[in-house]
Amino acid sequence: MKFGILVNEGPYTHQASDSAYHFTAAALRAGHEIVRVFFYHDGVNNGTRLSVPPQDDRNISERWSALAEAHEVELILCVAAAQRRGLLDGDEAKLAGKDSDNMAPGFQISGLGQLIDAGIQADRLIVFGD
Amino acid sequence: MATKKFLYVNRKAPHGSIYALESLEVVLIAAAFEQDVSLAFVDDGVYQLLQNQDTGKLGSKNFSPTYKALGDYDVSKIYVDQESLEQRGLNKQDLMPLVYEDEDDDWAEKDSIHVVSSTELAEIIEQQDVILNF
Amino acid sequence: MSVLHIVNKSPYDRNSLHTCLRLAQPDSAILLIEDGIYASIKNAAASESVQQALNSHQIYALQPDLEARGIDPERMIAGISLIDYDGFVKLTTDYDKSQSWL
Repeated sequence: MKFGILVNEGPYTHQASDSAYHFTAAALRAGHEIVRVFFYHDGVNNGTRLSVPPQDDRNISERWSALAEAHEVELILCVAAAQRRGLLDGDEAKLAGKDSDNMAPGFQISGLGQLIDAGIQADRLIVFGD
Repeated sequence: MATKKFLYVNRKAPHGSIYALESLEVVLIAAAFEQDVSLAFVDDGVYQLLQNQDTGKLGSKNFSPTYKALGDYDVSKIYVDQESLEQRGLNKQDLMPLVYEDEDDDWAEKDSIHVVSSTELAEIIEQQDVILNF
Repeated sequence: MSVLHIVNKSPYDRNSLHTCLRLAQPDSAILLIEDGIYASIKNAAASESVQQALNSHQIYALQPDLEARGIDPERMIAGISLIDYDGFVKLTTDYDKSQSWL
């Protein structure tokens, strides 16, 4: 079956992104296809490569990146939500005249249309948030 | 492309958090995909539709007039949970009038807001293909 | 089958479960995750409404979230089924769609 995943909260503050990660990993284990994981609202903060959690804690963005690499899962940050919150890829940073980008590997920035498209393509869309 | 029934469930008050604004942004984008779109306002979500919102002194964006444009985006099925209104001492007259022009009826202006009972809303939820929650 | 309702809020903090129970049709199921699992505890203020909901809904609770919060399964209302993430995925395939009561 094809799944779309929507993550509405950032890492660490709410459990939502952990729940979404464990669900996505379990769906892949069961042989399902993940059409896309779409990050919206503060969920875009999952995509930063600059987070430095303590050694004994999970690294949430690295964990998503690893999942994307191992299973070719599309990780999309909503562009409008990301720009508001300072999540930029190389092109966005250049366009906005910022001195750095901060996107973790495997994440891409795209439009809200990708969320609707996930809803259309997937058999199930599962929403995680606060 | 197949048409699916999308329901956007709004249960959060505006301005205290960004969910209402960013939910509205999704709905406006969704309109371009020619899917069957419905909106539900439940619990504190009904506050999103109150008249006379003015964020001038907050310096934040007053997006409430945008709801009035939904009809132009062919979003004309707006369901408001009656019990949520009653719990909050509100009725339909407290909400912004939201209308659309019905192309099947010589572009007559019609009311987009449907105040629905629990039973009706439960059935509307049941009929959807995709439910997005904000 | 119909809707899988996912509740992630404690019934003592928010009205999510309350509204979910009001708007859930009889053949739909309810899954308690994150702080939603606190609704599964028996002899508590929310127990009666959950008990009543069991007459018309399958109710599930996510075991890793129970364990994380130190809730012994012995304290759960009888009739609520414990599932893990694999079971969560399975449930979403068993039901046509999900509604997350955020």
